[in-house]
Amino acid sequence: MGNKQTIFTDEQLDAYQDCTFFTRKEILRLHGRYHELAPHLVPMDYTNEPDCKLPLALIVDMPELKENPFRNRIVESFSEDGMGNLSFNEFVDMFSVLSETAPRELKAIYAFKIYDFNVDNYLCKEDLEKTLNRLTKEELTPEEVDLVCEKTIDEADLDGDNKLSYSDFENMISRAPDFLSTFHIRI
Amino acid sequence: MQLTHHTPALQDTRTHLHVLFLWQRTYLDEAPACDAEDAAAVRSIKACSSIRLQLTSPLDAAGSLCEGIQDHERKMPRDSLIPSENDTDIELDFAGEDDFQEAHERKKHRGQRRDTDREKKRRKNSRRKEASSSADREKELQPRHKKTERSRRRSAKNEQETKRSKRDEEGRGQTTRRKTAKTKKNIKNEKTKKTDDEMEGEAGERNEKGKKKHGSAKKGERKEGGSEHVAKEKTQVKKKKKRHKKVVETSSDQETSEEGDDEENANEDEEVRPESLSPEELEKLKEAVDEKKKLIQSLRGKPWLMKKKLVTLRESQEFVEKYEGALGKGKGRKLYAYKVMMTKRWMKFQRDFENFKTACIPWEMKIKEIESHFGSSVASYFIFLRWMYGINMILFGLTFGLVMVPEALMGRPYGTIPRKTVPRAEEASAMDFAVLWDFKGYAQYSVLFYGYYNNQRAVGWLKFRMPLSYFLVGVGTVAYSYMVVIRTMARNANESGIGDDNSFNFSWKTFTSWDYLIGNPETADNKFASITTSFKEAILEEQESRKDDNIHLTRFLRVLANFLVLCCLAGSGYLIYFVVRRSQKFTLDGLENHTWWERNEVNMVMSLLGMFCPMLFDVISTLENYHPRVALQWQLGRIFALFLGNLYTFIIALMDEINLKREEEKIVKFNITTWEASLYNGTVSGNFTAPPVTIHPADVPRGPCWETMVGQEFVRLIISDTMTTYITLLIGDFLRAVLVRFLNYCWCWDLEAGFPSYSEFDVSGNVLGLIFNQGMIWMGAFYAPCLPALNVLRLHVSMYLQCWAVMCCNVPQERVFKASGSNNFYMAMLLVILFLSTLPAIYTIVTIPPSFDCGPFSGKNRMFDVIQETLESDFPAWFSKVFSYASNPGLVLPFILLMVLAIYYLQSTSKSYKQANVELKKKLQMQNEENKKKNKRAALKAQLDLEEARKEASQAGELQKNNNASIQSQEADEENHSRNPRIYHGRNGRGPPPFTDREPSTRGPVSRNYHHGNLSTPRYLPGFSQQSDPTTYRASNLQNP
Repeated sequence: MGNKQTIFTDEQLDAYQDCTFFTRKEILRLHGRYHELAPHLVPMDYTNEPDCKLPLALIVDMPELKENPFRNRIVESFSEDGMGNLSFNEFVDMFSVLSETAPRELKAIYAFKIYDFNVDNYLCKEDLEKTLNRLTKEELTPEEVDLVCEKTIDEADLDGDNKLSYSDFENMISRAPDFLSTFHIRI
Repeated sequence: MQLTHHTPALQDTRTHLHVLFLWQRTYLDEAPACDAEDAAAVRSIKACSSIRLQLTSPLDAAGSLCEGIQDHERKMPRDSLIPSENDTDIELDFAGEDDFQEAHERKKHRGQRRDTDREKKRRKNSRRKEASSSADREKELQPRHKKTERSRRRSAKNEQETKRSKRDEEGRGQTTRRKTAKTKKNIKNEKTKKTDDEMEGEAGERNEKGKKKHGSAKKGERKEGGSEHVAKEKTQVKKKKKRHKKVVETSSDQETSEEGDDEENANEDEEVRPESLSPEELEKLKEAVDEKKKLIQSLRGKPWLMKKKLVTLRESQEFVEKYEGALGKGKGRKLYAYKVMMTKRWMKFQRDFENFKTACIPWEMKIKEIESHFGSSVASYFIFLRWMYGINMILFGLTFGLVMVPEALMGRPYGTIPRKTVPRAEEASAMDFAVLWDFKGYAQYSVLFYGYYNNQRAVGWLKFRMPLSYFLVGVGTVAYSYMVVIRTMARNANESGIGDDNSFNFSWKTFTSWDYLIGNPETADNKFASITTSFKEAILEEQESRKDDNIHLTRFLRVLANFLVLCCLAGSGYLIYFVVRRSQKFTLDGLENHTWWERNEVNMVMSLLGMFCPMLFDVISTLENYHPRVALQWQLGRIFALFLGNLYTFIIALMDEINLKREEEKIVKFNITTWEASLYNGTVSGNFTAPPVTIHPADVPRGPCWETMVGQEFVRLIISDTMTTYITLLIGDFLRAVLVRFLNYCWCWDLEAGFPSYSEFDVSGNVLGLIFNQGMIWMGAFYAPCLPALNVLRLHVSMYLQCWAVMCCNVPQERVFKASGSNNFYMAMLLVILFLSTLPAIYTIVTIPPSFDCGPFSGKNRMFDVIQETLESDFPAWFSKVFSYASNPGLVLPFILLMVLAIYYLQSTSKSYKQANVELKKKLQMQNEENKKKNKRAALKAQLDLEEARKEASQAGELQKNNNASIQSQEADEENHSRNPRIYHGRNGRGPPPFTDREPSTRGPVSRNYHHGNLSTPRYLPGFSQQSDPTTYRASNLQNP
């Protein structure tokens, strides 16, 4: 009990619980994980909200993300600067969105961000190619990738601009049967 | 002095009028002028009014003065901190100035603004007053004094910003100074003041408070409301502005500044006493607070950065904290505050409870580990197992708490009556392990089984209605299970959405095929491979170049496979029936004469069949050459059929046995009566007066008690099933893994990659096993209350065992299938099994009369008679009457009919909704297509226009060139000719904007060539998607001719 008090104040924990889908225990565990990543950088005492960020390379090395082909994108899209440096707040945010209880809409927003490699708010062919190549470890031939990209855009693009806007993406993902079960990371 | 005594009221009202006029003038004339000035003017008026009030009643005046000061303080929080020396300075300053001002005020005034008649009159009045009384003069002086101030200030308008604070100070200085001055006068004039005047002032004061917030929206009222009203309004507006500015400075983004604004509004509201707020304002405030609360609630779902969320949260919480108290008024306020407090506590409690609940969910980390190693499909089995464990915990709680414990604690102890005693014949071996293992001996005569329970209506000091409780728990178990399963199914159906249509095949594959849970390199590799294959398959399907080789052979093989499977099913069914029959023969012979195998034949055969038949099916299904997903479904269906067949054969055999037992029971019953008769005859003949002979309960002959027998069968079945599962796990998975691992060093081929390899975790088979196990629990729980407890134990152990086995000896599946769709599939299976397993249980309860000498319902004709009995003896007479009326077929049948009709109606409406849904979907799709087409057309048109323009430009260029280089007429004709088709080639042109004359000499002929080529090749039609930049065509055409 005493250990808990030194990491966060009760107000902080309450605030985190209001802002995320985690319970008290999970937030403390998350802090533990965050601390584990860089014990010399991350303080154990978070009551005065220290300003401390961990670089992408450290976070991507977590076992939860290590095998994920989109790990860099995930971390980048949750970082404030877009470069993948995560403060503890953003770290919590990331796992909150990826938690089981987060609603589909929220997940869809971040999934879109993750798949939007060039951060232009559209999923264009270039993004899709990158996605596919990561998904298949580049084992599809360029023609096949091309075909799949074309088919994907053809299926989901509603406004005919040859790229997927967020509304296109949401419309498509909201009907996907697998999205909720696969787009989550248990921490 | 005397004059004042005579006409104080008149003079006062006059002053008041002056003030009013003055204000109106200033306001109307100077409306566009700066707020600060007006405010300053008006403030002094207000001060004046407050003084007047003070004259009449010191208390009120003090209050209003305080408010006036508060007002200033509110406006200038920083200024209020300035020590009072400042104020006194100004006071002195003004004291000196007073006379001077009085003398020069008019002149200045005249010089600076046009005088109206009204003002002249006023001045006359003031002059008259000056003459009449010193007190009045001083009073009148104030507006003028203020005016001078204003006019002075007017000249220095551009310095407003810096001077504002000073002005405020001055204003306050005035007020305070006047207050001190007036206190003396107060003593003089006190009695002379009119009461209505006072009333007016007060009313104005109150009014203005109420209207503060609405500020500029109530201009109309302002005129009537009196000068003070406006004064405050003005200050309010200013205050608001100032604060707003402050907030904007501090917080950068839109959201928070809005909030800040809100906060300001409410801030003012709160500082005004809440009870003085008008209902609309309260409503508004309440809305604001509710909005904040809602924001707090929905914050976690907002896609903002965490930092922003935290800031917003803090601000909203502060807001709610502050202004929640202001809501509610008068009597209701306390209640409201209490309510707010309670809701806060309730929220806190809820959160703590939520935390506690999640902390109670077991095996979270274990499942997470498995998830990361094997992906979501394997984990789904363990989640299902955990869910099942939860249900069984509740069933166990029900039976344990309401049936077993009361009977054990409050019922008659062991050995008091025959049904609770081991018969004399079995006593010798009752404690042997072999006997106990079969759930005989002491185990049979314990709370674990139906037969032990007494038919005593009420047990213990609680007068616990044991038989009723037994019956209701049995019914409740089934009802609860139905409820849970159906609810879960409905939720799953909601969650899984409507994703049946195939319209997003590729998109879904692209965006949702990666399982974010995977954290194991091996699994990740498998996943990559399976995604790649699925893409390749999809591409193949898309191209429809999939050719079926020798369809006849495939068909034949499939028919053959199905035939073989049917043979297997029939064979296993017959085998079970045969074995059960044989075991009956053994039981009649007496079990002691037979071997262990013969005694446990039924269960062993069933378990072995359940183990080996699926393997057989797996082998057979390789014949069929189905797509793996389809094959999986077939496999599941077959295993389901096998289990179901086995279970039902078993039940049918059991029914036979029940009938046998009942015949036996009849004989026993007859024997007992004769035995009793002989017993009594014996005693009667011996001695008359002696009490009835006490016979040890163990010696009393008893019936076979078929209920206990059924319970025992099920318990044995569960036990053997569990054992087989565990042993299979140990041998099939663990031993195999050990062998493969260690023999691999000295074997001639690679065992790990080759034939035996490591086993994969069979999700579907395990889920099916779990489901059937649960079915047996449901079936047997009525006759053996210990079954849920046993099942909890089993699930608990298998959770750990299987987790361990999966992690240590299984490898990730090579082909990973979708897990989500099957979720409800398994639930549906569970529902079917639940129905099928409750069917025989209910049948036996309803149709077969209970044994005469064992169990809670002994002596009754049917088990459910216990309800009737309770109604008759425990409820008032009218209740049972009502119940009997209600249960008469004349009422029940229409009711059932009504329900059926309702179901039919709902069914048909849901069908029509579904149809409408499909229709809408179609429409949406059509619209999408239309949109696409429209967009394409628009793009086409734009390109066409562009092309046209370009064409014209190039033509112009050509013309110019023609002029320059005098081209032949034939070419010119050609050019004209090619203009028309060009309209249709419009899509080509996202080219450069219309040409200027810069490069006519090269472009002209080139474009002509291009069109020439197009004419001969009609391939590039408008709808054709293949487009490219015109320049490339031009380039190629340049080379071609």
